[in-house]
Amino acid sequence: MSALFHALFARGLFSNPAVHTAAIVGALAAISASVAGVFTVMRGQSFAGHALGDLGAAGGSAAALLGISPLVGFVGIGAVAAVAMSTLGSHGRRDRDVATGVVLGAGLGVTGLLLYLDTTHSSTTGAAVSVMFGSMFAVAPSTLPAVVAATGFLALCLGALYRPLLLSSVMSELAAVQGVRVALVEASFLGVLVVAVALSALTVGAVLATALLIGPAATAIRLARSPGTAILVAAAIGVGSTWMAIILAYDSYYWSASHSGWPVSFFVVSLIFVAYLVAELLSSVGSRLATHRDPSVSRTLS
Amino acid sequence: MKRALTSGATPVLQVEELTVVLAGRVVLDKVSFALTRGSVTGLIGPNGAGKTTLLRAILGFERPRSGAVRHLGIAKRATARIGYVPQKVAFDPDLPLRARDLVGLGLDGSHLGFALPSRRRRTLIEAALEAVGASGFADKRVGRLSGGEQQRVLIAHAVIRHPELLLLDEPLANLDLRSEREIVDLVAGLARERKIAALVSTHDVNPLLGAMDNVIYLARGRAASGGVDEVITTEVLSSLYGRHVDVLRVHGRFVVSAASGDLLVDASTTSQAEPREQ
Repeated sequence: MSALFHALFARGLFSNPAVHTAAIVGALAAISASVAGVFTVMRGQSFAGHALGDLGAAGGSAAALLGISPLVGFVGIGAVAAVAMSTLGSHGRRDRDVATGVVLGAGLGVTGLLLYLDTTHSSTTGAAVSVMFGSMFAVAPSTLPAVVAATGFLALCLGALYRPLLLSSVMSELAAVQGVRVALVEASFLGVLVVAVALSALTVGAVLATALLIGPAATAIRLARSPGTAILVAAAIGVGSTWMAIILAYDSYYWSASHSGWPVSFFVVSLIFVAYLVAELLSSVGSRLATHRDPSVSRTLS
Repeated sequence: MKRALTSGATPVLQVEELTVVLAGRVVLDKVSFALTRGSVTGLIGPNGAGKTTLLRAILGFERPRSGAVRHLGIAKRATARIGYVPQKVAFDPDLPLRARDLVGLGLDGSHLGFALPSRRRRTLIEAALEAVGASGFADKRVGRLSGGEQQRVLIAHAVIRHPELLLLDEPLANLDLRSEREIVDLVAGLARERKIAALVSTHDVNPLLGAMDNVIYLARGRAASGGVDEVITTEVLSSLYGRHVDVLRVHGRFVVSAASGDLLVDASTTSQAEPREQ
């Protein structure tokens, strides 16, 4: 038992300050991203979420050049992109996707430039990699208050908007008939999405931010029948994957003699993918069992 | 039993000389009618006749160029008084939303915050599900229900706040004959029991025969309203379409046919049903 414990939790795991920061920031980011992700998937806005993540790289690399907090860069660029996307793409879902794609293309061009400047002028290849793919153990403890504040903002917004947002995500026409100001709810949710993606980019990197946003949510939606349960399951998968990834990444330092640990982001994304595959399997087995059990189905078959 | 459109007390809905112009085209041209409590009115017309535009104007989503829509004599829309069932909704089969969740959103979906679980809320939801015969699939995801079952849940969503006016946009589209009959009976039953004025749009008049009290026939943006036998006639429809159409009654069902031979009301899906009694 003790051998297993030591195999999983390597020496110094619980006393390492970088691990502490990663565990707290990672958990808050995972909860924010997964919960916002459930609404993102329900609303069919996965592409917008993905684009906001990718575009975050421009903000992150600008922040690295200026020497300011990457979170400020992620949120700043996200806000600009969100305004651009909703101004350009206000005529239906296809139009929205096209506008998102156009803004994404333009933003990635800027990212390319900024990353080039990052690597040539200040010769920090590390900055480019951590902006794009994250480095959770390198998150500065000084960002913690901002992360807590951002998570609190998200919780407040999603808590207050819960029912109108849910209704307009299911069908905006029904929401409008019931007196919901759909445009206002949509704009607020885009703001929530920007912050959630920024938190996600801070931990797993701009490129992998989508995985934390969409992965746990998509898995939860396969498993849960009601929106409340889906949100809880998504948050649990997000936090579980993140913490497990931190443990594995810390362990990986001892896996090879050269002591070159693997990045946390790799493990987060892999674990989320495994969770999705398991959920897929469970829900297909579950629906098969339900078909066998349901007497009304067998009656119509016979 | 036949009611005149304007008889009785204050009508639940009064549409007066309503004209709506969309992108330069006159979609509704001086449409007038009134709906009274406890009545079912069919809103009939071919595709593109302006049925959805009329419903959207009643809901306040389209600005009339002229004319007025009055709810209980008031020109402003009161959300709690209108129940609305939208045209064919495509729910994702994985959408994490049970039938009872959707009905609950009909009760208080516009309120801020979470719905705190309460016995009162649960009782209201159960009652609404029961009223439409949806108790048996209350815990299933809406996206995995059949078309008829989804219609029942959407109707429960619409009537849980006891509206005075119930608008249904093509509720019979894509339903098989049996579900079609069940939904028509359900709407008629709710309208009579709860004193609701129900307005049901459909391109085919036949499924509503026997269940509806009045009919509004829309063609080319113009409307004729009244009892079924007053409106669905060769004279009235020819005048609406602006060319000669024949109205035939075959085994209690209407066939509306133009001189060129094209059926204006599709009767192909209704050949097996027996004639309905008034």
